[in-house]
Amino acid sequence: MFGQSILSLVIWVPILAGVAVLATGSDRNAALARWVALAGALLGLIVALPLVSDFNTATSSMQFVEKAAWIPAFNVHYHLGVDGISMPLILLNSFITVLVVIAGWQVIQDKVAQYMAAFLIMSGLINGVFAALDGILFYVFFEGMLIPLYLIVGVWGGPNRVYAAFKFFLYTLLGSLLMLVSMIYLYFQSGGSFDIQTWHATALGMTAQTLMFFAFLLAFGVKVPMWPVHTWLPDAHVEAPTGGSVVLAAITLKVGAYGFLRFILPILPDASHEFAWFVIMLSLIAVAYIGLVALVQADMKKLIAYSSIAHMGFVTLGFFMFNPMGVEGGLVQMISHGFVSAALFLCIGVMYDRLHSRQIKDYGGLVNRMPVFAAFFMLFAMANAGLPATSGFVGEFMVIMAAVKVNFWFAFVAATTLIFGAAYTLWMYKRVVFGSVTNPHVEDMHDVNAREILLLGVLAVCVLAMGLYPRPFTDVMHVSVVDLLAHVAQSKLP
Amino acid sequence: MSTASIQFAQFAPALPEIFVLVMVSLILVIDAAVDDSKRYLAYVLSLVTLAGAAYLTAHNLSTMPVLALGGLFIDDPLSDVLKLFLYLTVAVVLVYSRDYLTERGLYKGEFFVLALFALLGMMVMVSASHFLTLYLGLELLSLSLYAMVALQRDSSVATEAAMKYFVLGALASGMLLYGMSMVYGVTGSLALGDMAIALQDGTDLRIPLVFGVVFIVAGLAFKLGAVPFHMWVPDVYHGAPTAMTLFIGSAPKIAAFAFVVRILGQGLESQVTEWRDMLVILAVLSMAVGNIAAIAQTNLKRMLAYSTISHMGFMLLGILAGSQNGYGSAMFYVLVYALMSLGSFGMILLLSRGGFESDRLEDFKGLNRRSPWLAFLMLLLMFSMAGVPPTVGFYAKLAVLQSVVEIGYVWLAVAAVLFSLVGAFYYLRIVKLMYFDTPHDTTPITISPDIRVIMSANGLAVLAVGILPQPLMAVCMHAIGASF
Repeated sequence: MFGQSILSLVIWVPILAGVAVLATGSDRNAALARWVALAGALLGLIVALPLVSDFNTATSSMQFVEKAAWIPAFNVHYHLGVDGISMPLILLNSFITVLVVIAGWQVIQDKVAQYMAAFLIMSGLINGVFAALDGILFYVFFEGMLIPLYLIVGVWGGPNRVYAAFKFFLYTLLGSLLMLVSMIYLYFQSGGSFDIQTWHATALGMTAQTLMFFAFLLAFGVKVPMWPVHTWLPDAHVEAPTGGSVVLAAITLKVGAYGFLRFILPILPDASHEFAWFVIMLSLIAVAYIGLVALVQADMKKLIAYSSIAHMGFVTLGFFMFNPMGVEGGLVQMISHGFVSAALFLCIGVMYDRLHSRQIKDYGGLVNRMPVFAAFFMLFAMANAGLPATSGFVGEFMVIMAAVKVNFWFAFVAATTLIFGAAYTLWMYKRVVFGSVTNPHVEDMHDVNAREILLLGVLAVCVLAMGLYPRPFTDVMHVSVVDLLAHVAQSKLP
Repeated sequence: MSTASIQFAQFAPALPEIFVLVMVSLILVIDAAVDDSKRYLAYVLSLVTLAGAAYLTAHNLSTMPVLALGGLFIDDPLSDVLKLFLYLTVAVVLVYSRDYLTERGLYKGEFFVLALFALLGMMVMVSASHFLTLYLGLELLSLSLYAMVALQRDSSVATEAAMKYFVLGALASGMLLYGMSMVYGVTGSLALGDMAIALQDGTDLRIPLVFGVVFIVAGLAFKLGAVPFHMWVPDVYHGAPTAMTLFIGSAPKIAAFAFVVRILGQGLESQVTEWRDMLVILAVLSMAVGNIAAIAQTNLKRMLAYSTISHMGFMLLGILAGSQNGYGSAMFYVLVYALMSLGSFGMILLLSRGGFESDRLEDFKGLNRRSPWLAFLMLLLMFSMAGVPPTVGFYAKLAVLQSVVEIGYVWLAVAAVLFSLVGAFYYLRIVKLMYFDTPHDTTPITISPDIRVIMSANGLAVLAVGILPQPLMAVCMHAIGASF
């Protein structure tokens, strides 16, 4: 019945579910709010499933396209569609939303309805970001998602939440406003169109490309985040509630990386080639230097936040290798990082709910009290370190392989992550889980309950499945990526 | 056809103005005759007047410009649309102010009479096609506003604000008149249409003309509150009773837009290269000073006053484009601004009770705990002011930005967005106070049901027009397109 409007459903079902959750009102109806939220999140995932089953992997053109006039005065359309690059991200987002709702089930006791609603509405908006094929529509979703995220960090966050929320919001707004000006410029250059695919074909001079390249780079680089505009992320991560950290790491960072593939590379191919060295340099700094920064963190959430930055450095590095292996590796890394970072933040959430501390030094000997949890945590830590047979390995390996083809030294620096990543993750794991119990409060900690096992178990299956058999993921992307690279190889100079 | 009917036809386009004038006079007399228990009569009659005027305007929508009263008065789609929005805005102001004024003993006929006289002034400004009518409308509006600010006689702050407003307003009017006289000297005409024709092929008297344009622009900038002629805005907004601030901050902006577009866009259209550079300076300074100074404010009314200055700077971006696209964008901007301004000053009104103002930032602390619904509406208004989608404020910014990029001023668009980033900070601070902080005052908020409904509609309109901006955008573009 809804065959023609799957993408609209994927966007609007979570948003309307969020409104329904809000309608349950005050905390007296908290239980109802939770169940409505779960139903909404599950429904959101279910309506997204046809995207997989009906997806045609043989074509790189947009699928499930919907197009309607929205603001004819500016030639803006409600134009949706997905290809092999965006489809997996929509699915990842819909999936993570379900986990986030479950993760907040008992932890959040204050303003439950608003919390759940904020996540559902944000989920719908993020799906919109990945599905939008019109520049203004994209921008509306891209900016709109800041509002719920700002509230999530600020209302349910930690002690320094206000600072973190402001920093996060203003940082990302700075980037996107310059992007908006670029979009308006493109509108006139393309003869009055906000259509992203039209922009792909618009000829642009080198000066214009260069200026827009840096505007877009700032917009998406802040979101990714790339060194040196990454400083909002550790603050936001540390102060956000568990669910907020999960969404931040697993989804919103991907929005930035996605922007590279949808905007920067195809719209500005000449500038992308010209300044590839710049992005590669920033990516390598992120991989190597941020890896070292992660090593010295005393706060677990901060450590994982820095590790996210290093991992996202791999993604941008892969994109600017301009070969299918690199781009696909980057995409695989994005999805894998979505699972792994979500799982690690959930693990930290599990510990935090019991001890109310994120400091590594407050733990130790956890395995004695929480063996099941320790096993899960082990798997995710290994995945974060890039152990073969986990999803973390696949993407990193592909990107390093791609880098070797381009320049040995790129690959050399990138490969240091295998050492640093293992060092900071496993060292943290050792200090938290192994050893003898030194903190008396750890003695009182009980092992994971059924709800937490469900959460971690589902993610464990994903991490292992993707690590053992990544083929379905790369198959979905392959045609779109090859086509994108063929497009990027052509100069757009007039 | 008799002479009488010819003369009546001459007056037909001005029927709404005539109707409002008759009604104001009636209200003035009736209010003087009734005792205090029947004060609501003036309120009801004022709303009836607005409804009647709206009916008259909507019933005679013009499709093309019609000159009347010997070229003094014009009835075109632009004036019709703006007048309809003026009625709506004034009506909402009257409703929002009711409880506030009652508590302060200001709920009297004077307020309604002054408000309607101000409205009449605005209607004349909107429909003027001649320097004389423009000035007449402006002065009728200004004098009513001075009196409104001073209406709370025993408040020294309000009196001081009124005095400041009056002195600076008179100065601005003087500048405007001086500029007009220079232009008259060059063109030999006070009618905008004749002026445009006279200037079409250039003139030998360049120096006096530019001189006149400078004075006119300075006078307009005074009335708009653009930097560096903005000094009166924070003091008047802060000092006036909040109901008056609500009035000053909403409807007159719409009239001021019409005023500027009529003079610069219609009369001095051919001098666009002269006034564009001036407006660029005014716009950049307004956005800079307005946004940066707003950060330092602890009083919400003062903060919103500086925010108004920056918004007027943004609106000027559309006008300085000097194209139909630009005027349409500026019109969209000013209508959206009036909507947001109504909502946010209205919120200050609703939260103040028992004779106490609630215009300090702290008064908004923890509003989400006291009233989640009002907090949500204020959240929408603040994000809209900041220009964050999907609220309508974003499209307003988008519209004016694209009109400046169209004329090749990309740097101006970049400057504008950077200042709006600064602006986002203080709007976010309001959201922070409402949502992140705990209230220090937990008394429940009581609001009359009708005001609650209108406030809800006001807040939700910001979101609804944001999701579907096309109708309003099309109205603006059509009104400008059919009138120029």
